[in-house]
Amino acid sequence: MIEVRDINKSFEDLHVLKDVSVNFQQGKTNLIIGKSGSGKTVLLKCIVGLLEVDSGDIFYSEQCFTSMNNKEKKQIRQKFGMLFQGAALFDSLTVEENVRFKLDMFTRMTESEKTARVNFCLSRVNLENKNLLLPSELSGGMKKRVAIARAIVLNPRYLFCDEPNSGLDPQTAILIDRLIKDITEEFNMTTIVNTHDLNSVMEIGDKVVFIHEGSKWWEGTSKEILESDNTELNNFVFATSLVRQLKKQDDI
Amino acid sequence: MTLLHHIGKYALLLKRAFARPEKHKVYYIRLIREMEILGLNSVGIVVIISFFMGAVITIQTAYNTENPLFPTYLIGLAARDSILLEFSSTIVALILAGKVGSNIASELGTMRVTEQIDALEIMGVNSAGYLILPKILGLMILAPFLSALSMIVGLFGGWISGTAAGVISTPDYIYGIQFAFIPFYITYSLIKSVIFAFIITTVSSYHGYYTSGGALEVGRSSTLAVVHSSVVILLFNLILTHVMLS
Repeated sequence: MIEVRDINKSFEDLHVLKDVSVNFQQGKTNLIIGKSGSGKTVLLKCIVGLLEVDSGDIFYSEQCFTSMNNKEKKQIRQKFGMLFQGAALFDSLTVEENVRFKLDMFTRMTESEKTARVNFCLSRVNLENKNLLLPSELSGGMKKRVAIARAIVLNPRYLFCDEPNSGLDPQTAILIDRLIKDITEEFNMTTIVNTHDLNSVMEIGDKVVFIHEGSKWWEGTSKEILESDNTELNNFVFATSLVRQLKKQDDI
Repeated sequence: MTLLHHIGKYALLLKRAFARPEKHKVYYIRLIREMEILGLNSVGIVVIISFFMGAVITIQTAYNTENPLFPTYLIGLAARDSILLEFSSTIVALILAGKVGSNIASELGTMRVTEQIDALEIMGVNSAGYLILPKILGLMILAPFLSALSMIVGLFGGWISGTAAGVISTPDYIYGIQFAFIPFYITYSLIKSVIFAFIITTVSSYHGYYTSGGALEVGRSSTLAVVHSSVVILLFNLILTHVMLS
Protein backbone atom coordinates (compact mmCIF):
# COMPACT_ATOMS: atom_id res chain seq x y z
CA MET A 1 0.00 0.00 0.00
CA ILE A 2 1.10 3.56 -0.67
CA GLU A 3 -0.12 6.36 1.56
CA VAL A 4 0.19 10.02 0.64
CA ARG A 5 -0.34 12.32 3.61
CA ASP A 6 -0.94 16.08 3.34
CA ILE A 7 1.63 16.77 0.63
CA ASN A 8 2.25 20.21 -0.75
CA LYS A 9 4.41 21.18 -3.70
CA SER A 10 5.14 24.60 -5.14
CA PHE A 11 7.24 25.87 -8.02
CA GLU A 12 8.28 29.38 -6.98
CA ASP A 13 4.93 31.21 -6.58
CA LEU A 14 2.85 28.48 -8.18
CA HIS A 15 1.22 26.21 -5.58
CA VAL A 16 0.71 23.01 -7.58
CA LEU A 17 -0.28 20.46 -4.91
CA LYS A 18 -2.38 21.51 -1.93
CA ASP A 19 -2.66 19.18 1.07
CA VAL A 20 -3.21 16.04 -0.99
CA SER A 21 -3.88 12.87 1.01
CA VAL A 22 -4.68 9.53 -0.64
CA ASN A 23 -4.35 5.80 0.07
CA PHE A 24 -3.45 3.62 -2.87
CA GLN A 25 -4.44 0.01 -2.36
CA GLN A 26 -2.33 -3.10 -2.94
CA GLY A 27 -3.40 -5.46 -5.72
CA LYS A 28 -5.59 -2.73 -7.20
CA THR A 29 -5.26 -0.39 -10.16
CA ASN A 30 -5.44 3.09 -8.66
CA LEU A 31 -6.08 5.89 -11.14
CA ILE A 32 -5.25 9.56 -10.79
CA ILE A 33 -7.37 11.59 -13.18
CA GLY A 34 -7.68 15.28 -13.88
CA LYS A 35 -7.40 17.94 -16.54
CA SER A 36 -4.03 18.87 -18.07
CA GLY A 37 -2.24 21.14 -15.62
CA SER A 38 -4.24 19.93 -12.62
CA GLY A 39 -1.12 18.58 -10.90
CA LYS A 40 -1.51 14.84 -11.42
CA THR A 41 1.91 14.36 -13.03
CA VAL A 42 3.53 16.40 -10.25
CA LEU A 43 1.73 14.19 -7.71
CA LEU A 44 3.04 11.04 -9.40
CA LYS A 45 6.57 12.47 -9.58
CA CYS A 46 6.40 13.34 -5.88
CA ILE A 47 5.24 9.82 -5.04
CA VAL A 48 8.19 8.21 -6.86
CA GLY A 49 10.63 10.79 -5.52
CA LEU A 50 11.54 12.50 -8.79
CA LEU A 51 10.33 15.71 -7.14
CA GLU A 52 10.76 16.53 -3.48
CA VAL A 53 7.65 17.57 -1.60
CA ASP A 54 7.61 20.87 0.31
CA SER A 55 5.67 19.32 3.17
CA GLY A 56 3.80 16.12 3.95
CA ASP A 57 4.79 12.47 3.87
CA ILE A 58 4.65 9.46 1.57
CA PHE A 59 4.61 5.95 3.03
CA TYR A 60 5.43 2.71 1.24
CA SER A 61 4.02 -0.16 3.31
CA GLU A 62 4.25 2.11 6.38
CA GLN A 63 7.88 3.08 5.68
CA CYS A 64 8.23 6.85 5.40
CA PHE A 65 9.77 7.49 1.96
CA THR A 66 10.15 11.25 2.42
CA SER A 67 12.42 10.89 5.44
CA MET A 68 14.65 8.19 3.89
CA ASN A 69 18.26 8.94 2.97
CA ASN A 70 19.46 8.47 -0.62
CA LYS A 71 20.72 4.93 0.01
CA GLU A 72 17.39 3.84 1.48
CA LYS A 73 15.52 5.51 -1.37
CA LYS A 74 17.67 3.68 -3.91
CA GLN A 75 16.89 0.38 -2.20
CA ILE A 76 13.14 0.91 -2.17
CA ARG A 77 13.23 2.12 -5.77
CA GLN A 78 14.48 -1.29 -6.80
CA LYS A 79 10.94 -2.44 -5.96
CA PHE A 80 9.48 0.14 -8.36
CA GLY A 81 8.48 -0.34 -11.94
CA MET A 82 7.53 2.66 -14.03
CA LEU A 83 5.95 3.13 -17.40
CA PHE A 84 6.67 6.62 -18.70
CA GLN A 85 4.51 8.60 -21.09
CA GLY A 86 7.01 8.22 -23.94
CA ALA A 87 8.14 4.75 -22.73
CA ALA A 88 11.66 6.12 -21.97
CA LEU A 89 13.41 3.10 -23.42
CA PHE A 90 17.19 3.44 -23.66
CA ASP A 91 17.79 4.38 -27.31
CA SER A 92 21.17 2.74 -27.64
CA LEU A 93 20.06 -0.62 -26.22
CA THR A 94 18.07 -3.36 -27.92
CA VAL A 95 14.71 -4.57 -26.62
CA GLU A 96 16.43 -7.43 -24.79
CA GLU A 97 19.10 -5.17 -23.29
CA ASN A 98 16.43 -2.73 -22.12
CA VAL A 99 14.47 -5.46 -20.37
CA ARG A 100 17.50 -7.14 -18.83
CA PHE A 101 19.03 -3.86 -17.63
CA LYS A 102 17.85 -4.24 -14.03
CA LEU A 103 18.89 -7.90 -13.99
CA ASP A 104 22.43 -6.92 -15.03
CA MET A 105 22.53 -4.13 -12.51
CA PHE A 106 20.99 -5.67 -9.42
CA THR A 107 21.10 -9.46 -9.60
CA ARG A 108 23.66 -12.23 -9.67
CA MET A 109 21.67 -14.36 -12.09
CA THR A 110 23.50 -16.40 -14.71
CA GLU A 111 23.26 -15.43 -18.38
CA SER A 112 20.82 -18.25 -19.12
CA GLU A 113 18.62 -17.29 -16.16
CA LYS A 114 18.58 -13.67 -17.32
CA THR A 115 17.70 -14.67 -20.87
CA ALA A 116 14.89 -16.91 -19.63
CA ARG A 117 13.50 -14.11 -17.45
CA VAL A 118 13.68 -11.58 -20.30
CA ASN A 119 11.93 -13.97 -22.66
CA PHE A 120 9.24 -14.64 -20.07
CA CYS A 121 8.59 -10.90 -19.57
CA LEU A 122 8.53 -10.25 -23.33
CA SER A 123 6.13 -13.14 -23.88
CA ARG A 124 3.95 -11.76 -21.07
CA VAL A 125 3.50 -8.59 -23.12
CA ASN A 126 3.15 -10.54 -26.40
CA LEU A 127 6.48 -9.47 -27.82
CA GLU A 128 8.23 -12.74 -28.54
CA ASN A 129 11.15 -12.71 -30.99
CA LYS A 130 11.61 -8.94 -30.88
CA ASN A 131 14.71 -9.17 -28.66
CA LEU A 132 17.19 -7.73 -31.11
CA LEU A 133 15.19 -4.74 -32.33
CA LEU A 134 16.14 -1.21 -31.31
CA PRO A 135 13.51 1.15 -29.81
CA SER A 136 13.61 3.20 -33.02
CA GLU A 137 12.33 0.14 -34.90
CA LEU A 138 9.24 -0.26 -32.69
CA SER A 139 5.76 1.23 -32.92
CA GLY A 140 4.35 3.36 -30.07
CA GLY A 141 2.34 0.46 -28.65
CA MET A 142 5.29 -1.93 -28.85
CA LYS A 143 7.50 0.59 -27.02
CA LYS A 144 4.93 0.79 -24.23
CA ARG A 145 4.83 -2.99 -24.01
CA VAL A 146 8.63 -3.24 -23.84
CA ALA A 147 8.52 -0.61 -21.10
CA ILE A 148 5.99 -2.75 -19.20
CA ALA A 149 8.23 -5.80 -19.64
CA ARG A 150 11.18 -3.76 -18.33
CA ALA A 151 9.08 -2.57 -15.39
CA ILE A 152 8.03 -6.06 -14.27
CA VAL A 153 11.34 -7.87 -14.84
CA LEU A 154 12.30 -7.76 -11.15
CA ASN A 155 8.79 -8.49 -9.83
CA PRO A 156 8.16 -4.98 -8.51
CA ARG A 157 5.83 -4.29 -5.60
CA TYR A 158 4.80 -0.93 -6.98
CA LEU A 159 3.97 -0.03 -10.58
CA PHE A 160 3.59 3.56 -11.76
CA CYS A 161 2.22 4.51 -15.16
CA ASP A 162 2.27 8.06 -16.46
CA GLU A 163 -0.32 8.49 -19.21
CA PRO A 164 0.20 4.97 -20.60
CA ASN A 165 -2.27 5.51 -23.45
CA SER A 166 -1.09 8.83 -24.78
CA GLY A 167 -0.39 8.72 -28.51
CA LEU A 168 -1.94 5.28 -28.97
CA ASP A 169 -4.92 4.24 -31.10
CA PRO A 170 -8.01 3.11 -29.11
CA GLN A 171 -7.44 -0.59 -29.72
CA THR A 172 -3.80 -0.51 -28.61
CA ALA A 173 -4.76 1.67 -25.66
CA ILE A 174 -7.26 -0.96 -24.48
CA LEU A 175 -4.58 -3.63 -24.91
CA ILE A 176 -2.14 -1.67 -22.72
CA ASP A 177 -4.86 -1.00 -20.13
CA ARG A 178 -5.77 -4.68 -19.89
CA LEU A 179 -2.10 -5.60 -19.64
CA ILE A 180 -1.60 -3.21 -16.72
CA LYS A 181 -4.70 -4.54 -14.98
CA ASP A 182 -3.75 -8.21 -15.50
CA ILE A 183 -0.18 -7.69 -14.34
CA THR A 184 -1.32 -5.78 -11.26
CA GLU A 185 -3.55 -8.66 -10.20
CA GLU A 186 -1.08 -11.37 -11.20
CA PHE A 187 1.82 -9.90 -9.21
CA ASN A 188 -0.37 -8.33 -6.46
CA MET A 189 1.26 -4.93 -7.02
CA THR A 190 0.16 -1.48 -5.93
CA THR A 191 -0.39 0.22 -9.25
CA ILE A 192 -0.92 3.93 -9.77
CA VAL A 193 -1.92 5.10 -13.24
CA ASN A 194 -1.95 8.75 -14.15
CA THR A 195 -4.41 9.33 -16.98
CA HIS A 196 -7.07 11.54 -18.48
CA ASP A 197 -8.43 8.76 -20.68
CA LEU A 198 -11.99 8.00 -19.56
CA ASN A 199 -11.91 4.67 -21.29
CA SER A 200 -9.07 3.61 -18.97
CA VAL A 201 -11.08 4.83 -16.00
CA MET A 202 -14.03 2.63 -16.90
CA GLU A 203 -11.89 -0.35 -18.01
CA ILE A 204 -9.34 -0.71 -15.23
CA GLY A 205 -10.04 1.79 -12.45
CA ASP A 206 -10.46 -0.06 -9.16
CA LYS A 207 -10.02 3.21 -7.34
CA VAL A 208 -10.16 6.66 -8.94
CA VAL A 209 -8.79 9.90 -7.50
CA PHE A 210 -9.81 13.14 -9.19
CA ILE A 211 -7.32 16.00 -8.88
CA HIS A 212 -8.52 19.51 -9.62
CA GLU A 213 -6.39 22.66 -9.29
CA GLY A 214 -3.85 20.79 -7.15
CA SER A 215 -6.34 19.40 -4.64
CA LYS A 216 -7.98 16.04 -4.26
CA TRP A 217 -11.53 16.83 -5.36
CA TRP A 218 -13.10 13.40 -5.33
CA GLU A 219 -12.28 9.71 -4.86
CA GLY A 220 -14.27 6.55 -5.41
CA THR A 221 -14.65 3.61 -7.77
CA SER A 222 -15.15 3.74 -11.53
CA LYS A 223 -18.81 2.81 -11.05
CA GLU A 224 -19.40 5.64 -8.61
CA ILE A 225 -17.87 8.19 -10.97
CA LEU A 226 -20.93 8.30 -13.27
CA GLU A 227 -23.29 8.82 -10.36
CA SER A 228 -21.31 11.52 -8.62
CA ASP A 229 -22.88 14.96 -8.18
CA ASN A 230 -19.50 16.65 -7.95
CA THR A 231 -19.69 19.50 -10.48
CA GLU A 232 -15.99 19.65 -11.39
CA LEU A 233 -15.82 15.89 -11.78
CA ASN A 234 -18.92 15.89 -13.95
CA ASN A 235 -17.50 18.68 -16.10
CA PHE A 236 -14.39 16.57 -16.62
CA VAL A 237 -16.11 13.22 -17.15
CA PHE A 238 -18.91 14.50 -19.37
CA ALA A 239 -16.79 16.89 -21.39
CA THR A 240 -17.40 15.10 -24.69
CA SER A 241 -20.78 15.04 -26.40
CA LEU A 242 -20.52 11.26 -26.87
CA VAL A 243 -20.29 10.61 -23.14
CA ARG A 244 -23.09 13.12 -22.49
CA GLN A 245 -25.34 11.30 -24.96
CA LEU A 246 -24.51 7.95 -23.38
CA LYS A 247 -25.35 9.40 -19.97
CA LYS A 248 -28.69 10.72 -21.28
CA GLN A 249 -29.55 7.32 -22.78
CA ASP A 250 -28.56 5.67 -19.51
CA ASP A 251 -30.80 8.06 -17.53
CA ILE A 252 -33.75 7.42 -19.85
CA MET B 1 25.99 34.47 -7.87
CA THR B 2 24.85 32.61 -10.96
CA LEU B 3 28.41 31.48 -11.67
CA LEU B 4 28.82 30.28 -8.08
CA HIS B 5 25.49 28.46 -8.33
CA HIS B 6 26.67 26.64 -11.46
CA ILE B 7 30.06 25.80 -9.94
CA GLY B 8 28.34 24.37 -6.85
CA LYS B 9 25.89 22.37 -8.94
CA TYR B 10 28.77 21.12 -11.13
CA ALA B 11 30.72 20.01 -8.02
CA LEU B 12 27.68 18.14 -6.66
CA LEU B 13 27.17 16.42 -10.00
CA LEU B 14 30.81 15.30 -9.98
CA LYS B 15 30.40 13.98 -6.45
CA ARG B 16 27.48 11.88 -7.66
CA ALA B 17 29.35 10.81 -10.79
CA PHE B 18 32.28 9.51 -8.72
CA ALA B 19 30.08 7.65 -6.21
CA ARG B 20 30.60 3.91 -5.80
CA PRO B 21 29.23 2.05 -8.84
CA GLU B 22 26.27 -0.31 -8.27
CA LYS B 23 27.98 -3.02 -10.31
CA HIS B 24 31.54 -2.73 -11.55
CA LYS B 25 31.06 -5.10 -14.47
CA VAL B 26 28.26 -2.99 -15.98
CA TYR B 27 30.35 0.16 -15.61
CA TYR B 28 33.37 -1.56 -17.16
CA ILE B 29 31.35 -2.51 -20.24
CA ARG B 30 30.14 1.07 -20.53
CA LEU B 31 33.71 2.34 -20.14
CA ILE B 32 34.88 0.24 -23.09
CA ARG B 33 31.92 1.48 -25.16
CA GLU B 34 32.66 5.12 -24.29
CA MET B 35 36.34 4.69 -25.11
CA GLU B 36 35.28 3.60 -28.54
CA ILE B 37 32.65 6.32 -29.06
CA LEU B 38 34.58 9.25 -27.62
CA GLY B 39 38.19 8.23 -28.21
CA LEU B 40 38.60 5.83 -31.11
CA ASN B 41 35.94 7.55 -33.20
CA SER B 42 37.93 10.78 -32.87
CA VAL B 43 41.13 9.34 -34.35
CA GLY B 44 40.14 10.35 -37.90
CA ILE B 45 39.55 14.01 -37.16
CA VAL B 46 42.66 14.22 -34.97
CA VAL B 47 44.80 12.77 -37.77
CA ILE B 48 43.40 15.11 -40.43
CA ILE B 49 43.67 18.24 -38.31
CA SER B 50 47.12 17.39 -36.98
CA PHE B 51 48.49 16.69 -40.45
CA PHE B 52 47.33 20.02 -41.89
CA MET B 53 48.25 21.86 -38.69
CA GLY B 54 51.83 20.58 -38.90
CA ALA B 55 51.94 21.36 -42.61
CA VAL B 56 50.75 24.94 -42.20
CA ILE B 57 53.02 25.67 -39.21
CA THR B 58 56.09 24.53 -41.17
CA ILE B 59 55.24 26.60 -44.25
CA GLN B 60 54.21 29.67 -42.23
CA THR B 61 57.45 29.52 -40.24
CA ALA B 62 59.47 29.15 -43.42
CA TYR B 63 57.81 32.10 -45.19
CA ASN B 64 58.16 34.35 -42.15
CA THR B 65 61.84 33.60 -41.56
CA GLU B 66 63.32 34.09 -45.00
CA ASN B 67 66.67 35.35 -43.85
CA PRO B 68 70.13 34.10 -44.89
CA LEU B 69 71.25 34.36 -41.24
CA PHE B 70 68.46 32.09 -40.10
CA PRO B 71 69.43 28.40 -40.44
CA THR B 72 66.66 26.42 -42.15
CA TYR B 73 66.74 23.59 -39.60
CA LEU B 74 65.17 26.10 -37.16
CA ILE B 75 61.95 25.75 -39.18
CA GLY B 76 61.77 22.14 -37.96
CA LEU B 77 62.54 23.22 -34.42
CA ALA B 78 59.79 25.88 -34.46
CA ALA B 79 57.28 23.42 -35.90
CA ARG B 80 58.21 20.78 -33.31
CA ASP B 81 57.87 23.14 -30.34
CA SER B 82 54.59 24.60 -31.59
CA ILE B 83 53.13 21.13 -32.14
CA LEU B 84 54.38 19.64 -28.88
CA LEU B 85 53.64 22.57 -26.61
CA GLU B 86 50.32 23.81 -27.90
CA PHE B 87 48.79 22.26 -30.96
CA SER B 88 48.73 18.56 -30.05
CA SER B 89 47.14 19.23 -26.68
CA THR B 90 45.28 22.55 -26.71
CA ILE B 91 44.09 22.75 -30.31
CA VAL B 92 43.20 19.06 -30.39
CA ALA B 93 41.31 19.58 -27.11
CA LEU B 94 39.39 22.48 -28.64
CA ILE B 95 38.50 20.33 -31.64
CA LEU B 96 37.42 17.51 -29.32
CA ALA B 97 35.36 19.97 -27.29
CA GLY B 98 33.42 20.59 -30.49
CA LYS B 99 33.07 16.97 -31.53
CA VAL B 100 32.94 15.06 -28.24
CA GLY B 101 31.45 17.86 -26.12
CA SER B 102 28.44 18.39 -28.34
CA ASN B 103 28.00 14.62 -28.62
CA ILE B 104 27.92 14.18 -24.83
CA ALA B 105 25.65 17.17 -24.19
CA SER B 106 23.15 16.21 -26.88
CA GLU B 107 23.13 12.56 -25.80
CA LEU B 108 22.51 13.36 -22.13
CA GLY B 109 20.15 16.23 -22.99
CA THR B 110 18.03 13.95 -25.16
CA MET B 111 18.02 11.31 -22.43
CA ARG B 112 16.86 13.97 -19.97
CA VAL B 113 13.99 15.34 -22.07
CA THR B 114 12.81 11.85 -23.06
CA GLU B 115 12.77 10.83 -19.37
CA GLN B 116 15.46 8.15 -19.81
CA ILE B 117 17.44 9.66 -16.93
CA ASP B 118 14.31 9.64 -14.77
CA ALA B 119 13.83 5.99 -15.71
CA LEU B 120 17.34 5.21 -14.42
CA GLU B 121 16.65 7.04 -11.16
CA ILE B 122 13.35 5.21 -10.68
CA MET B 123 15.19 1.90 -11.10
CA GLY B 124 17.47 2.87 -8.23
CA VAL B 125 20.49 3.49 -10.46
CA ASN B 126 22.79 6.46 -9.82
CA SER B 127 22.19 8.04 -13.23
CA ALA B 128 25.09 10.49 -12.92
CA GLY B 129 27.54 7.70 -12.14
CA TYR B 130 26.21 5.32 -14.75
CA LEU B 131 26.11 7.86 -17.58
CA ILE B 132 28.93 10.29 -16.80
CA LEU B 133 31.74 8.38 -15.06
CA PRO B 134 32.49 6.07 -18.03
CA LYS B 135 32.65 9.11 -20.32
CA ILE B 136 35.11 10.92 -18.05
CA LEU B 137 37.38 7.91 -17.61
CA GLY B 138 37.04 6.84 -21.25
CA LEU B 139 38.28 10.10 -22.69
CA MET B 140 40.90 10.65 -19.96
CA ILE B 141 42.42 7.25 -20.75
CA LEU B 142 42.50 7.81 -24.50
CA ALA B 143 43.36 11.54 -24.59
CA PRO B 144 47.14 11.05 -24.14
CA PHE B 145 47.15 8.57 -27.01
CA LEU B 146 45.26 11.01 -29.22
CA SER B 147 47.70 13.73 -28.21
CA ALA B 148 50.73 11.52 -28.96
CA LEU B 149 49.17 10.56 -32.30
CA SER B 150 48.65 14.25 -33.05
CA MET B 151 52.34 14.98 -32.35
CA ILE B 152 53.53 12.25 -34.70
CA VAL B 153 51.10 13.12 -37.50
CA GLY B 154 51.75 16.87 -37.06
CA LEU B 155 55.51 16.43 -37.42
CA PHE B 156 54.94 14.15 -40.40
CA GLY B 157 52.66 16.75 -42.01
CA GLY B 158 55.32 19.41 -41.47
CA TRP B 159 57.96 17.27 -43.15
CA ILE B 160 55.72 16.43 -46.15
CA SER B 161 54.64 20.03 -46.74
CA GLY B 162 58.08 21.53 -46.05
CA THR B 163 59.88 19.27 -48.47
CA ALA B 164 57.08 19.39 -51.07
CA ALA B 165 57.08 23.20 -51.04
CA GLY B 166 60.89 23.20 -51.18
CA VAL B 167 61.29 25.37 -48.07
CA ILE B 168 63.35 22.82 -46.12
CA SER B 169 65.27 19.67 -46.92
CA THR B 170 64.63 16.36 -45.20
CA PRO B 171 68.00 16.29 -43.32
CA ASP B 172 67.46 19.88 -42.11
CA TYR B 173 63.92 19.13 -40.94
CA ILE B 174 64.99 15.97 -39.08
CA TYR B 175 67.96 17.80 -37.53
CA GLY B 176 65.61 20.67 -36.57
CA ILE B 177 63.04 18.51 -34.81
CA GLN B 178 65.85 16.83 -32.82
CA PHE B 179 67.72 20.03 -32.01
CA ALA B 180 67.62 21.21 -28.36
CA PHE B 181 64.89 18.73 -27.64
CA ILE B 182 63.40 18.87 -24.13
CA PRO B 183 61.61 15.56 -23.36
CA PHE B 184 59.53 17.23 -20.62
CA TYR B 185 57.57 18.99 -23.32
CA ILE B 186 55.95 15.67 -24.21
CA THR B 187 55.07 14.96 -20.57
CA TYR B 188 53.70 18.48 -20.26
CA SER B 189 51.54 18.02 -23.34
CA LEU B 190 50.21 14.62 -22.25
CA ILE B 191 49.33 15.93 -18.76
CA LYS B 192 47.49 18.83 -20.36
CA SER B 193 45.55 16.48 -22.64
CA VAL B 194 44.34 14.43 -19.65
CA ILE B 195 43.18 17.55 -17.81
CA PHE B 196 41.48 18.90 -20.92
CA ALA B 197 39.71 15.56 -21.40
CA PHE B 198 38.35 15.87 -17.86
CA ILE B 199 37.16 19.41 -18.60
CA ILE B 200 35.47 18.46 -21.89
CA THR B 201 33.60 15.48 -20.48
CA THR B 202 32.52 17.03 -17.18
CA VAL B 203 31.47 20.46 -18.50
CA SER B 204 29.57 18.89 -21.40
CA SER B 205 27.97 16.30 -19.13
CA TYR B 206 26.89 19.08 -16.78
CA HIS B 207 25.12 20.95 -19.57
CA GLY B 208 23.52 17.79 -20.98
CA TYR B 209 22.47 16.33 -17.63
CA TYR B 210 20.66 19.48 -16.52
CA THR B 211 18.86 20.14 -19.80
CA SER B 212 15.20 20.95 -19.34
CA GLY B 213 12.55 21.48 -21.98
CA GLY B 214 12.63 19.99 -25.46
CA ALA B 215 14.65 19.71 -28.66
CA LEU B 216 15.46 23.42 -28.71
CA GLU B 217 17.01 23.24 -25.25
CA VAL B 218 19.03 20.16 -26.22
CA GLY B 219 20.59 22.18 -29.05
CA ARG B 220 21.20 25.08 -26.68
CA SER B 221 22.88 22.77 -24.13
CA SER B 222 25.04 21.35 -26.87
CA THR B 223 26.19 24.82 -27.93
CA LEU B 224 26.82 25.91 -24.34
CA ALA B 225 28.79 22.73 -23.71
CA VAL B 226 31.17 23.52 -26.57
CA VAL B 227 31.53 27.21 -25.70
CA HIS B 228 32.07 26.69 -21.98
CA SER B 229 34.40 23.72 -22.45
CA SER B 230 36.51 25.79 -24.86
CA VAL B 231 36.69 28.78 -22.50
CA VAL B 232 37.64 26.59 -19.52
CA ILE B 233 40.27 24.77 -21.65
CA LEU B 234 41.87 28.08 -22.62
CA LEU B 235 41.81 29.28 -19.03
CA PHE B 236 43.41 26.08 -17.74
CA ASN B 237 45.92 26.15 -20.60
CA LEU B 238 47.14 29.47 -19.28
CA ILE B 239 47.26 28.24 -15.69
CA LEU B 240 48.99 24.95 -16.58
CA THR B 241 51.52 26.66 -18.80
CA HIS B 242 52.40 29.03 -16.00
CA VAL B 243 52.55 26.30 -13.37
CA MET B 244 54.41 23.65 -15.38
CA LEU B 245 56.79 25.67 -17.52
CA SER B 246 57.73 28.56 -15.25
